[in-house]
Amino acid sequence: MRCQSFAQLSLLALGTILGLTAPQQASAQEKPYFVTYSADLEEPGNLEIALKGLTASPKNANAFVSPTIEIEYGATAWWTTEVYAQGQATENDSTVFTGFRWENRFKPLPREYWINPVLYVEYERVSQADKSILEVTGHDSIARFQVNNGQTHGIIEKSIEGKLILSSNFKGWNVSENFIAEKNISNEPWEFGYAIATARPLVLAASSHKCWLCLQNFDAGAELYGGLGTRYSFGLKQTSQYAGPTVDFRTPAGVTYSFSPQFGLNDNSIGTLWRFKISYEVQQLRDLFRRSK
Amino acid sequence: MIRNIPKLAVTILALAISIPAVVLAEADGKWLHRVPDEDHRRTNPVAHQPQAEAAGKVMFAENCAKCHGNDANGLHNRPSLRSERIRNATDGDLAWMLKNGNPYKGMPPWSSLPEQQRWQIIAYLRTLPPQK
Repeated sequence: MRCQSFAQLSLLALGTILGLTAPQQASAQEKPYFVTYSADLEEPGNLEIALKGLTASPKNANAFVSPTIEIEYGATAWWTTEVYAQGQATENDSTVFTGFRWENRFKPLPREYWINPVLYVEYERVSQADKSILEVTGHDSIARFQVNNGQTHGIIEKSIEGKLILSSNFKGWNVSENFIAEKNISNEPWEFGYAIATARPLVLAASSHKCWLCLQNFDAGAELYGGLGTRYSFGLKQTSQYAGPTVDFRTPAGVTYSFSPQFGLNDNSIGTLWRFKISYEVQQLRDLFRRSK
Repeated sequence: MIRNIPKLAVTILALAISIPAVVLAEADGKWLHRVPDEDHRRTNPVAHQPQAEAAGKVMFAENCAKCHGNDANGLHNRPSLRSERIRNATDGDLAWMLKNGNPYKGMPPWSSLPEQQRWQIIAYLRTLPPQK
């Protein structure tokens, strides 16, 4: 599939859903993170549809844009399942569909603690042309962005990935840490990565009237993530590392907009990543199929 | 193994859709016994404040009404928040429930909602008339 069509399809799908669904509320638990997961799961019965994008102009490589569609469903209050479809378009090169991911997050403990764990398991089937940077593991570096799509698109990697998500809430602040382990199903070593983020609503008490630009509808924070090498060469050497501020805005109409400029922290990283996300939550989808009150 | 993944995906997705119906049992009130004494005794710092009750009403509509109904009487076997049990619970009990949820009974934790907003919701719940 050509990626221009993929991007158009993404926007069309999102637009259709936004247009067909009556205005609802955005999730107040949403965090403005792009790579890091907090312990918040999708509310049971809710379906979130999101378009997550990344654009960058790496050194000695062509500029690109990489859209990812996410469909996330709260199966129970302790289990969230999510499917991603992703692609990329590179200037002076081509546009390609790069693959899909299927992830599941489980909350093992029945109550809240100072640190709350969530277990994450994912299967992905993604080509080496993927530029979505949904996480950084192993010795991922800027060099792979300098190869044209023709050379990488046909190489498909099937991987399983696990994350330990730890998250705390204190006085309105959320602090989340993710430890990532990824294994290509072919004979390659385990790769590791991390992500850390913190965020807070701009005000903690809600307004007494419904409003668009109330400060309670904005969250601001920061995110830091990168690779930790492989089983045989663990550490920060020859990895890419990124950090940047992040903000989101929840509209009363149910759409959440998130934005983050993220900066490469070493020579192995792209100088600046521009990330954006538009998401919409269809509330209590399963109630649409229930008759009785 | 890879060949079996689509079948596995279908099975797990079917479970994802069907499990909530089983798990979503009506509230049985057992959670009240799990509330620590210290939490049970907490009082609402914004109780009886009209501004907080109004804010709580907005927050309730945004976050709670989709499951508990706009009138808080409960939807699709989800519990009423105007029941005798909720009216008899202390503000501290409700604050504990909002923070921790009851995940295996279908209620998610709302710990990432700022505490002030959770107290505002509780202040609003106290303005609701008893269930008819």
